[in-house]
Amino acid sequence: MLGEGILKGLAETAKNFAGSFVSKERLTTIEYPEERLPLPEASRNFPFLVYDGEDWEKGLRCVACQICEKECPPKCIYIEKSKDKKPDYVGKLQVYPAKFDIDISVCMSCQICVEVCPFEAIKMDTEFELATDDRFGGLLLDRHQLAKSNEYYHKIHPTEAAEVDARLAEEKSKAGAKAKAAAEAAAAKAAVALAGAAPTAAKPAAAAADTPAKPNQGEPKA
Amino acid sequence: MIDRLDQIFVLLEHWLLGYLPASWQTPAGIVLSVVCIIGLYPALFAVATWLERKGVGRIQNRLGPNRVGPYGLLQPVADGIKSLTKEDIVPTSADAAVHFLAPIILVVTVFMGFAVLPMGRNMVLVDMDAGLLFYFAMGASTELSVFMAGWGSRNKYSLLGAMRAVAQMISYEVALLMSSVVIVMITGSLSLVKIVDAQNHYTYGLPHWFIFTPWGLAGFVMYAIAGTAETNRSPFDLPEGESELVAGYHTEYSGFKFALFFLGEYVAMFSISGLGTTLFLGGWTAPLAVLQWVPSWIWFFGKLFVSMCVFIWLRGTLPRLRQDQLMNFAWKLVLPMCLLNLFVAGLWRFMGEGWLRWVICSALLLLAYVVIGRTQMQREHYGPRSYRYAE
Repeated sequence: MLGEGILKGLAETAKNFAGSFVSKERLTTIEYPEERLPLPEASRNFPFLVYDGEDWEKGLRCVACQICEKECPPKCIYIEKSKDKKPDYVGKLQVYPAKFDIDISVCMSCQICVEVCPFEAIKMDTEFELATDDRFGGLLLDRHQLAKSNEYYHKIHPTEAAEVDARLAEEKSKAGAKAKAAAEAAAAKAAVALAGAAPTAAKPAAAAADTPAKPNQGEPKA
Repeated sequence: MIDRLDQIFVLLEHWLLGYLPASWQTPAGIVLSVVCIIGLYPALFAVATWLERKGVGRIQNRLGPNRVGPYGLLQPVADGIKSLTKEDIVPTSADAAVHFLAPIILVVTVFMGFAVLPMGRNMVLVDMDAGLLFYFAMGASTELSVFMAGWGSRNKYSLLGAMRAVAQMISYEVALLMSSVVIVMITGSLSLVKIVDAQNHYTYGLPHWFIFTPWGLAGFVMYAIAGTAETNRSPFDLPEGESELVAGYHTEYSGFKFALFFLGEYVAMFSISGLGTTLFLGGWTAPLAVLQWVPSWIWFFGKLFVSMCVFIWLRGTLPRLRQDQLMNFAWKLVLPMCLLNLFVAGLWRFMGEGWLRWVICSALLLLAYVVIGRTQMQREHYGPRSYRYAE
């Protein structure tokens, strides 16, 4: 009969109305600032810089190669290279970013900077409560604000961070083995040439320190 | 004591007026009552918006507003402050005078309807002999304000909304009047006070409300449908259909003028519920003879509250009608049923007491409902759609 559907619908909404008071499971919403849903592991919004160890300035993996700056589609990254050098994770001396700014009001969260970085230095963050009342300064993050520890990276993207760590450890051991081999070779050479030119021994040692980083830079990231 | 509680507002008014000279008492009494009505219904409006948001939220398994004050109770206050402090924008090419007058006319005409509604025993502003007529005259004027708003805004959406509103309101105005006329036929009076008095009898402790008769029930259903449409409430909220027309006729209104439209809509809901209560649900009379000691105004506002809850419930349940469905519904179902109801009310009046009139009247109405529902309200079945491409 006409109107049956309306009565059925009214019964359904009445059931929802009463049910929402009785069972908490019915409620589909959560009280946001007090309760939060865990973010999915693949969630991302803006990039951050990873550092190892305690000191963010020393441990920064970034070597200011500027690949991300060049690749960034909306051009939201600004990097200035340092004049001096500091040792990177394999112990090789590298330049570091004297200035590394990301304007997150321009960033489009495409993750291209992360894809192109050969040093695993830049990763995607999950922090989304970035509202500020200063729309220029507040949204332009400098390297100190961008620097986040490797532990933090493990916390937000555990599987990805574990893979990255394994890769870095492998590279480090490879580099270490190569350095060792080079050092041995140099030592042997030095032993041969020991009699004649004792002061030249310093030179191959420096060369040995240079070589291990080479495959690292040349090889594309797996 | 109980009589005093029943008449508390009347006595209070008399006591206050006692301080004035005799010649001032009548105009001052009217002003006092008007101020009470104008103060009371916006307060109820505030409560109703909260109730609606909470109720619809619960229907959709949400919590509803819960940030401002305990259980979100201060939400209407926050909304009020917000709309008062908002910028009042008038489009450059709008007809400024019409644009300005529309919300005022809406609120004024909506409030005028309360003048003749008895809100309790002896609690009526004007006991007009043609009260029902006055009410409908005022109710019809809201159409004017809606059209003024749509026309004066000089906006296509506003105008479309206004056109829809006028088409809808005129169609349902007929049904609204027709469904109320049966009451006048039976009671022989247009005075709303007399209509309530006619329902204030009890047999076996049960009241003689008009809804408990076949023609009264049919009339009430038709009245409820037409009343919902008259107040532009969901599922008949086409004039302000947000998903189609931005906000319909009040697209170009902001700030306090928009708040006035909102107020007008809700107060119209109270008013139409109040009239429905008066006509079919016995006005301020108690639902059981044993409950007659409860003050009459509690019954009136209790019934008002229940009808508001039904409005909210309907809004949470039904999707919006399409324009052709709306028109079909008005002219093919509601109006024929109303006309038949007039006939049935006449039969009832002249068949005399007895069980026979109950059977005949109920059977007639039920039969007509089933037949009209089967023949007129059938969904049209379209075949598979065929496409013809341009060569």
